[in-house]
Amino acid sequence: MRSLTQQPFRAAVLVLVWGWLLFLVLTPNLLVVGASVMTRDPGSFISLPLTLDAYRQLLDPLYLEVFLHSLYMAAMTTLVCLLIGYPFAWALSKVGKRNQVLLIFLLIVPFWTNSLVRTYALKLILATNGLLNNGLMSLGVIDGPMQLLYTEGAVIIGLVYLLLPFMILPLYSVFEDLREDYLRASHDLGAGRLSTFIHVIVPLTLPGVLAGIMLVLLPAMGLFFVPDILGGSRNLLVGNVIKNQFLDARNWPFGAAASILLTLAMAFLMFAHRLSKRRIGEDGV
Amino acid sequence: MNRWLPRTYLTLVYLLLYVPIVVLVVFSFNDSRTGYEWGGLSLRWYEALLNNRAMVQAMWNSLWLALSAATVSTLIGALTALALHRYRFRGKKVLNGMLFVVMMSPEIVLAISLLALFLLVGLQLGYVSLLLAHVTFCLPFVVITVMARLSGFDERLPEAARDLGANDFTMTRTVLIPVIMPALLAGWLLGFTLSLDDVVVSTFVSGPSYEILPLRIYSMVRVGLKPEVNALGTLLLVFSLVMLILSQWILLRSKR
Amino acid sequence: MKQTLLSLSNLTKQFDGKKVLDSLDLDIFDGEFITLLGPSGCGKTTLLRMMAGFEHPDDGTIALGDQDLTHTPPEHRPLNTVFQNYALFPHMSVFDNVAYGLKMEKRPKQEIRERVEDALAMVQLEDFARRKPHQLSGGQQQRVAIARAVVKRPKVLLLDEPLSALDYKLRRTMQVELKRLQRELGITFVFVTHDQEEALSMSDRVVVLKDGLIQQLGTPREVYERPANLFTARFVGETNFFPGRVDKANGDDTITVDVFGLKRTFRKPDFPVSGGQSLHVLLRPEDIRVLAPDDEDGVAGKIVERNYKGSTLDSVIHLEDGTEVLASEFFDEDDPTFDYRLGEPVKVSWVDGWEWLLPTEPEALPEEEGTDA
Repeated sequence: MRSLTQQPFRAAVLVLVWGWLLFLVLTPNLLVVGASVMTRDPGSFISLPLTLDAYRQLLDPLYLEVFLHSLYMAAMTTLVCLLIGYPFAWALSKVGKRNQVLLIFLLIVPFWTNSLVRTYALKLILATNGLLNNGLMSLGVIDGPMQLLYTEGAVIIGLVYLLLPFMILPLYSVFEDLREDYLRASHDLGAGRLSTFIHVIVPLTLPGVLAGIMLVLLPAMGLFFVPDILGGSRNLLVGNVIKNQFLDARNWPFGAAASILLTLAMAFLMFAHRLSKRRIGEDGV
Repeated sequence: MNRWLPRTYLTLVYLLLYVPIVVLVVFSFNDSRTGYEWGGLSLRWYEALLNNRAMVQAMWNSLWLALSAATVSTLIGALTALALHRYRFRGKKVLNGMLFVVMMSPEIVLAISLLALFLLVGLQLGYVSLLLAHVTFCLPFVVITVMARLSGFDERLPEAARDLGANDFTMTRTVLIPVIMPALLAGWLLGFTLSLDDVVVSTFVSGPSYEILPLRIYSMVRVGLKPEVNALGTLLLVFSLVMLILSQWILLRSKR
Repeated sequence: MKQTLLSLSNLTKQFDGKKVLDSLDLDIFDGEFITLLGPSGCGKTTLLRMMAGFEHPDDGTIALGDQDLTHTPPEHRPLNTVFQNYALFPHMSVFDNVAYGLKMEKRPKQEIRERVEDALAMVQLEDFARRKPHQLSGGQQQRVAIARAVVKRPKVLLLDEPLSALDYKLRRTMQVELKRLQRELGITFVFVTHDQEEALSMSDRVVVLKDGLIQQLGTPREVYERPANLFTARFVGETNFFPGRVDKANGDDTITVDVFGLKRTFRKPDFPVSGGQSLHVLLRPEDIRVLAPDDEDGVAGKIVERNYKGSTLDSVIHLEDGTEVLASEFFDEDDPTFDYRLGEPVKVSWVDGWEWLLPTEPEALPEEEGTDA
């Protein structure tokens, strides 16, 4: 099978792939790490000497507040996605096979639709004189328009809207693997609905929950265009800060340090996910 | 109750998911200028869109970028998947891990790191930088799609072909590629859509010489309402829908 | 009369430092049905894959007649394989699967069509030519795999556990079918299996393999009745091992052996024996006679298990010293004493001359089962 004629092909493929990843993934990431410990320079973006100023700046109350607020919004987004997505995935896994294919399809259609355009559509609904306010006013529920747009709530709604499928899909896949026998066995052994849920369903679906959190929480801190369109200037994400530092304020070390913060968060979540999978005896990816 | 509660719930969530899209489509045919009131049926925003030369140019640019990024990432991704599947080599786990990290990392982290690289090596920001960036974030998705197909692939098939007289090249052409074709197409379509939809990475690595659609939309929707966006969104929706149906059809057909 | 077709000599192969084949020599005759039999990890699959060209020996040669095949790639070897899970190309019709090998030979279209149709007729699948593999049953897929391999008229057909995925009944049918095909085609079959029953019923010769070494090479009858060593005796069929001690060697090519205190006279074995030496007396369950407890012949014991098997009645008997004896007797409805109850005392005996003697072997340390390479 490993005949000589294959060796050049094999070598070429490996060189190409390794080359691509080393040049366009590893090197750039090392550059970011490097940039984060250098000094800000208006001309060439960064310069020596090495310093930890950028990381110190992360702790500046002004930015710390932005980060914590971003983390709060991301956490809320994740929580809302989980609260909507968990029962949703469960219900979805119970639907007949034929309908399931169609429903999954309907779930990913929005995902294949331009996310900017979808965020913009939310704006049509949430604006002061948008559909929601107009509708509620004509129904007499409210007297005057509510301020929905440019609020924290609007940003969370936008993020939930964009990221919900990423929560549902991993959850759906663990519910699909959740065999009815386990539940029957649990009932058979005398467990009620609640204790079956706590002792069987939750642990077995935990990897899906963590995968969902991983897929929602991180983008929820990075999708800078959502606050740009829906949130106004007071509801910024870590992503907005990074973008501003790189493209407007030209403070690369600080932007780099902020992005390393996100990377660390990712590493932590990946680790947790692996752990949860190993607990139920599946190989972590 | 046991049957109706889940169904009602599913319906409700789908409704919420689709309301904005329906609003968008309906308003794209709205004659009103203000954007919030219904002013009668009209195709004026589609007309305005097609008369906007910069917009049409951005559309073509985006399309070309997505085509080329999807094609390049499918080529490299398929070869990577094959290498991971067939060969034993040192650092295989590292390679796998790197692809996984690229897939999981927040886009913005990838974006700034690529910007740093391009500026360091002095690459003019434009089509080439966009292409390199888009291929990089599409790559893991293609690899995963093709790997999934290969993992269900009977190891004996290439051997059977060799046994019956095919050399390595003929075997690849007549057995390997036809069998993984659905995955290649699915991977390509996924790459195409990811590229067409990307805002975050493109914001950092594009230059004035090559304006692409998402960035043009971005600059339009940041302030106020632009009814043309409704029309554009509807067009994009129809386009993605066609692509999605196509890819699902291919995958379903191949499973039989 | 028996002409060597495929000659394997000194084949050696290591995987990750573990010897899978150890200086193996084997001559395969023209037109025979030879079976490689052994437990998983014994090297039988590696050996077959080496003949096909998918593995390369670290040392040794493979020759077909006077043509050295050792370094010939699989596509240039006049041998074809029927794979374990058939390996039918899922994207091609049955016809295209069978035609694949002929297309590789660049045969004219007309000839390809005729030969494919013939091959499909031979396996009774002429009406299925346009189906895709997944539309066929397991047995039908198996036939396509065979047709695809034999349509190229190979010198040797290699079969890698081809029946293992089929259910018992279908397996029996396919065994008969394969035998018929082999006779009709006159092609040499090299068959790999871990199922000793299959090996015995189908083959002209059986190669018993363990740890990359040939344990025994012979006809099914030789392998079953005259196992070369304890491994073969244990692996092929059920066997009772009775401890024996040579009492004395008689002048007339017989020896007297003490078995459970009984003095029995056996034919002298082909290994050297001397007085006082320990040896194994092997008796197949069907060679054992279960007698009434008052019979003067035999060793006393009691019945601990009775299994009705349709045509035979299988018993497990515990002798007084704790030895467990398996007996398998054909029904004799006229014999009133035939059936015994559990716990009933009986005597166990056998007809002298049906035994087989093997020398004691130093017990090998139990080894981890390797993966089937």
